[in-house]
Amino acid sequence: MAIVIDMPKLSDTMEEGVIAKWNIKEGDEVSSGDIIAEVETDKATMDVEVFDAGTVLKIMADEGEAIPLGGKIAIIGEEGEDISDLLGDDDTDASDKSESNSGSDEKKDEQADKKSESKEDFDDPILGDLDKDKKQKAESSDDDESRIKASPLARKMAEEKRIKLSDVSGSGPNGRIVKADIESYEPSTSAESKTSVDVSKAPSAPMPEGEAYEDVRISQMRKTIAKRLAESKFTNPHFYETVDIDMSNAIEARGKLNEISDVKISYNDFVVKACAVALRKHPNVNVSWLGDVIRKHHRVHVAVAVAVDEGLLTPVIKNTDTKGLMQISKETKEMAGRAREKKLQPEEMEGSTFSISNLGMFGIEDFTAIINPPNAAILAVGAIRDVPVVKDGEVVPGKRMKVTLSSDHRVVDGATSAEFLNTVKDLLENPMGMLL
Amino acid sequence: MAELQFREAINQAIAEEMRNDENVFICGEEVAEYNGAYKVTEGLLDEFGLKRVIDTPISELGFAGIGVGAAMNGLRPIVEFMTFNFAVVGIDQILNNAAKLRYMSGGQFTIPMVFRGPNASAGQLGATHSVSYESLYAHFPGLKVVYPSQPEDAKGLLKASIRDNNPVIFLESEQMYGMKQEVSDDEDFILPIGKGKVKRAGDDVTIVATGKMYHIAQQAAQQLSKDGVEVEIIDPRTIKPFDIETVIESVKKTNRLVIVDESHPFGGVAAEVGFQIQRDAFDYLDAPVLRVTVPDVPAPFAKNLFDLWLPGAKEIVDAVNTVTYRK
Repeated sequence: MAIVIDMPKLSDTMEEGVIAKWNIKEGDEVSSGDIIAEVETDKATMDVEVFDAGTVLKIMADEGEAIPLGGKIAIIGEEGEDISDLLGDDDTDASDKSESNSGSDEKKDEQADKKSESKEDFDDPILGDLDKDKKQKAESSDDDESRIKASPLARKMAEEKRIKLSDVSGSGPNGRIVKADIESYEPSTSAESKTSVDVSKAPSAPMPEGEAYEDVRISQMRKTIAKRLAESKFTNPHFYETVDIDMSNAIEARGKLNEISDVKISYNDFVVKACAVALRKHPNVNVSWLGDVIRKHHRVHVAVAVAVDEGLLTPVIKNTDTKGLMQISKETKEMAGRAREKKLQPEEMEGSTFSISNLGMFGIEDFTAIINPPNAAILAVGAIRDVPVVKDGEVVPGKRMKVTLSSDHRVVDGATSAEFLNTVKDLLENPMGMLL
Repeated sequence: MAELQFREAINQAIAEEMRNDENVFICGEEVAEYNGAYKVTEGLLDEFGLKRVIDTPISELGFAGIGVGAAMNGLRPIVEFMTFNFAVVGIDQILNNAAKLRYMSGGQFTIPMVFRGPNASAGQLGATHSVSYESLYAHFPGLKVVYPSQPEDAKGLLKASIRDNNPVIFLESEQMYGMKQEVSDDEDFILPIGKGKVKRAGDDVTIVATGKMYHIAQQAAQQLSKDGVEVEIIDPRTIKPFDIETVIESVKKTNRLVIVDESHPFGGVAAEVGFQIQRDAFDYLDAPVLRVTVPDVPAPFAKNLFDLWLPGAKEIVDAVNTVTYRK
């Protein structure tokens, strides 16, 4: 019995994977546990392990080819076995085709809010009161507008096509979303499509004739960055708050700490620690907007954005608030190093409750960052600058650092952010507070 | 192949099986001298004689019981009811003896017999003579229930029923006896019990309809086709065991199901099929399964009320329009 190897789900957020390298060719013998391919996901290049033994009968994807999650990549079985029936289209494709054929008639008729007139309803006059009851019940259930009504098929199709049911308007009775609604759904033309941002449908860019340019293949990481950040920026109502922090005490503390510490503690480590402590103190910032509920995270996991060749990655320092500066420094350095080598495992980049982006080392004074979903906020950290400050009525040299907090206004309000930010500022201006 | 009436197809099946196996006999009211109340047994007395073609008194409980006893002793009786509305009088023999003796005797007895006759309504016959019994018999373990809609199915399935070692309820209709169709004259033309047939292909809605209702569904299909809606009609032919797989396959394609059932709605065949479909094909449904049945009311006698009571093409068209969200 031949076995089809599908594109596995190697990270929480991957939707497709690119075959980076095949380790097998058709005709090879494989046994359980063999690494048959390397697949580039949105986060890292991962090994694909085979769980069965047999002969490689067919390789169904080329190196460099992007295959959607669950798509066939290879078939393994006994030599000489007939696999012709496995070579066809994926089931999902086939059913999509037949559905779109049969659905065309229904699109014409969109007003469909009438009661069914099957034979059962037909004898209403005989059943009289009973039926009245039934109608009243049906009507009262309509009041519940929060529930999206959709046929089971429409739900399944929406899931397969990654369409949010909340974006689709239903044409069936009581606004039920039916197959025809999913088939005719077009995110780009829908005025109400506030959440579905299709970055692949970017505007075309006509170029004057004779211009020199090249079109570069979009990496999985770039696709993910484009999709997630576009979605975040276009759907999360961001607002920004900036504070200027006196870093002179932090600089002094860092100098002293680095005399005794094994690892060199950076200013960023101070910021990470200050944010973690502040998040514990302001749990209303340590939350996620999930559409139907607000999730309050009981743990604090701070992600730190790390620039890599093709884009950026966000390794997560788990339980950040319970770790000391040295531990934070060690973990950050170690994970950032592996991030640059693309060796970070997907689970090391998942589960953050807050993120920090630091461009201080590039001399950026201040900037705004895009929230890393499903976080509620991100802190953008600028460079420490030598500036003249007024102290006790005199102009004296000062060390200042600007940080800007981007918050998701659906879950965090201005005052909440301000309180959080002031705690961060206090902690960095009096680093001893972080020890408490 | 010859074009046969429904009654002739049944007659042929009985005659062939009686020639084929001397243990097969038929008994019932008017089956011998009168050649059958609906001429289904025409010529059988002449060919097989009084010993194997037996007129009974008007005593359904009695001759149903004789049939069960004969089956227990190795014969293969065919018990004809003038209509299944009269079988109610003999139903203890059917439900308690025929259906359960194999089970209760631990398999020491088999009951290889057929109860057959017209089922359901046939015009203005009043409340007690217009009942469709397939749902009732299908409720009881131990019985197979066959309900053909066309002569060829009737012949192939009746021969299979006579050869089956279990009691089979074989349902016919006065109003279908005159229908004609080309029928195989192969002496071993057998159609398997429990296998439905897609009798009209279509992509938009699946309709399940048996017996007389199959023909009403065909009328509805023609009307709907003019509107551009192509229904797929499945005739299960056997009510029990029910061929749900054929229906599931069709629903996967059409995403919509309407079940037409001449029995009453509560706990009927349509309810069972609808249940199985929502369980096994839930993700393929684009609309609630609808059924078209007679209402939960006995048959009226008055013609105007009877016409309202019995499902017609209009009710099927309405149900199809509802599941396709066309109204």
